Amino acid sequence: MRLLLALLLSVAPAAPAAADALLIRDGRIVTNGSAGIVANGDVLIVDGRVAAVGADIAAPPGARVVEAGGRYVTPGAFAAMSEIGLSEISGSGAPNDANVAGELVAAAADAGRAFNPNVTAVAVTRMEGVTRAAIAPAQTAGMFGGRGALVSLGGTPDSVFGPSAFMVVELGETGATRTGGSRAALWPVFEAALRDAREYPARYRSGQGGAVLNELDAAALQPFARGQGLFLVHVESAADIRRVISFKRDNPSLRIAIHGGAEAWQVAEELARADVPVILDPLSNLPDRFERLSARLDNAALLNRAGVRIAMAPAPGTVDAHQARLALQLAGNAVANGLPWDAAFAGVTRGPAEIFGVGGQLGRLERGYLADVVIWDGDPLEVMSAPAAVFIEGREQTLVSRQTRLRDRYNPRR
Amino acid sequence: MPLRHSVVALTAALGLAACATAPGESDSAANTTAFASTYAPQASVPTLIRGATVFDGAGVEFANADVLMRDGRIVAVGPNLTAPDGANIIDGSGKFVTPGIIDAHSHLGVYPSPGIDATSDGNELTQPNTAEVWAEHSVWPMDPGFGRAVAGGITTLHVLPGSGNLFGGRGTTLRPVLGARTVQEMKFPGAPQSLKMACGENPSRVYGERDSSPATGMGNVAGYRQAFAEAQEYNRRVREHRESGEGDPPDRNLELETLAGVLNGEILLQWHCYRADEMANAIEIAHEFDFEIAAFHHAVEAYKIPDLLARENICAAMWADWWGFKIEAYDGIRENIPFVHAGGACAIVHSDSEVGIQRLNQEAAKALADGRRAGLAITRAQAWTWLSRNPARALGIEQETGTLAVGRRADVVMWSADPLSSYAVAERVFMDGALIYERGRAGEPASDFELGQTYREGAQ
Repeated sequence: MRLLLALLLSVAPAAPAAADALLIRDGRIVTNGSAGIVANGDVLIVDGRVAAVGADIAAPPGARVVEAGGRYVTPGAFAAMSEIGLSEISGSGAPNDANVAGELVAAAADAGRAFNPNVTAVAVTRMEGVTRAAIAPAQTAGMFGGRGALVSLGGTPDSVFGPSAFMVVELGETGATRTGGSRAALWPVFEAALRDAREYPARYRSGQGGAVLNELDAAALQPFARGQGLFLVHVESAADIRRVISFKRDNPSLRIAIHGGAEAWQVAEELARADVPVILDPLSNLPDRFERLSARLDNAALLNRAGVRIAMAPAPGTVDAHQARLALQLAGNAVANGLPWDAAFAGVTRGPAEIFGVGGQLGRLERGYLADVVIWDGDPLEVMSAPAAVFIEGREQTLVSRQTRLRDRYNPRR
Repeated sequence: MPLRHSVVALTAALGLAACATAPGESDSAANTTAFASTYAPQASVPTLIRGATVFDGAGVEFANADVLMRDGRIVAVGPNLTAPDGANIIDGSGKFVTPGIIDAHSHLGVYPSPGIDATSDGNELTQPNTAEVWAEHSVWPMDPGFGRAVAGGITTLHVLPGSGNLFGGRGTTLRPVLGARTVQEMKFPGAPQSLKMACGENPSRVYGERDSSPATGMGNVAGYRQAFAEAQEYNRRVREHRESGEGDPPDRNLELETLAGVLNGEILLQWHCYRADEMANAIEIAHEFDFEIAAFHHAVEAYKIPDLLARENICAAMWADWWGFKIEAYDGIRENIPFVHAGGACAIVHSDSEVGIQRLNQEAAKALADGRRAGLAITRAQAWTWLSRNPARALGIEQETGTLAVGRRADVVMWSADPLSSYAVAERVFMDGALIYERGRAGEPASDFELGQTYREGAQ
């Protein structure tokens, strides 16, 4: 540990990424790909991308070399759902861009336009090994939660790399509350909204208008209604999940993933057959809502065993702006409840990347992938572990945050 | 079904050192003896866990040690103990044994699952001073959360009213008795009640939005002081009447009875307070009215004032890493708990969450690791004091539970691995020496609510 840190400190941090070569040597490389875990492996990074992974890779001339000393070297974690960057303080009446009030927009609300890479939570989260996040508004007045975005946590102005990547739809208890007070109203409204969107702009130009959507929302929903974006559907109960599977069967061109899915274990085989992935919360085990009466801790293990694609994030209603860093702890608890380690780690790295359609760029350490790489001081799914170094697209990130500055100011060992 | 109501090992259940008055003989104005505990330990057999790694809860780690429980109490911890006749002998090799975890801050039962309007019973937001209400009167014993907490190694928890009021009401220390029909069956015998108070933005927001006091931090402080001034006067009148025996006693006032209990030291003060400067103001109020503060809860900025906390003998109950969800939590750092510990103050890991209570060991682990990275030398056994001895101290039950000292209640957890690991799970949980949880053991759900729910059976 001390040796590793000394080596890391001995080289200049944050060198320009362009035309840059970096060799991370002698790590326990979690590739998340066909090579599995490579013990005593090297990762060569050139121009911000993984150029090679394997044993005994020669350092190109002029390359920076970092000794991993046998430690875990992994892809950066991908927060599968977060409000990070949408507020500095989420409560206290402070400005919070995760909350969309009023009837003006719902589907058209656009998290990517609100993301601020300079909020302190970005640095706080990044130094814990989380390099990417999917973000969405926390709430709107309607059943559509708005357009979610994919962001880098590198803190740079160009952090939004996946604008309008997905559309949040509430099709469970929350959706019913916002739409006529009942699921009986929810589904007809949802289907009418899709028709409005598909027929945009014609019915709006003709003066007919939408059956349920205003013009802004119809325009925003249109690409998703035409299968050009992902619907991220909030449902928890087995009954609601079955309705989603049935809807998918009737609308095979639409891309659909589930967020929540506390009772998904009951319908695991149907989900696998329909190829509907689930972003679940491995800590969800309480009947805290009537739609979660059979929530259980081995949900992730059961879904994985059935062949359902999974990722892990806090459950709908508990997603926040500050604790995306706990993704690794979620995955560790899934392991404690029966999910194999590789599947659990993938569930907070490769899994989210694939569900959000960027699995060819992120989530693996394979040739051509963006070099989001973390060197850990222990097993990354252990709560006592922490990153020793974090790279985003090959660029070393600072491990200093407002929190570490406060820590250093008040450290009794100072 | 366990014999949950049998009275077998009721050895030394009476007479808590922390509780100054015997039941029914309260001589103070606080009236703490109503709704008395009817908790009875389950039947137990002598149990010997052999060859485990043991954290004793007082900061000491024993390698390859045995733990012997009998008649509901800890008999011995050490190498090569002899099992009494008929003892249940458990192989502890590779396992870890600790005192049961004590959560000093829970809302189980008062904000139960399922959470709907009708079950949201923890915040009497009708006036800023509701010292007259008792959380135990809102506790729903069938909350499925109690069973989940036990599976996380919890053997004692303190249930508090919410934090929307200056004075939220009385808190109660409970046993997570699975299948309890009444809250009295859960009440920790002899444990003192608490008063929940709240600093900061919650009360000033709730009442400020109604254009009533308190609307500000200074309004909060005025509210505390006025109430304690009235309680002093009430206390004086009660005492005068008791001593003189003349005339009628003062009319009973449930609000002032609670505050009088704090002034008399009979009710322990648990004060929700995030910011260092507000904790300092609270300490000044305690000096002005001559009462003690048992613990500051949430205490996100406790790391800024460990010297004050140590000097005043006040515990800080904290999360490992919650921050940023409101402005008074903005300065949260991951080293809060270890910095308080290193400053010589009493550090507690608490949950305030029906999810967090299930794995407080992981919260302690995070805090320990971060403290070590900051250069502090803290052992894992010392970190366990944050989970059992220190909360027992803040709740006034330190002589009964919280460590594996001989004679303490046998509240014991056997873990599958080092409980500071993400992968460790509680395999067996003992309360008063009785096995109340065994991982993987099939059985009916303890909560009536979960019985017969479609698909529920067989789920964890």
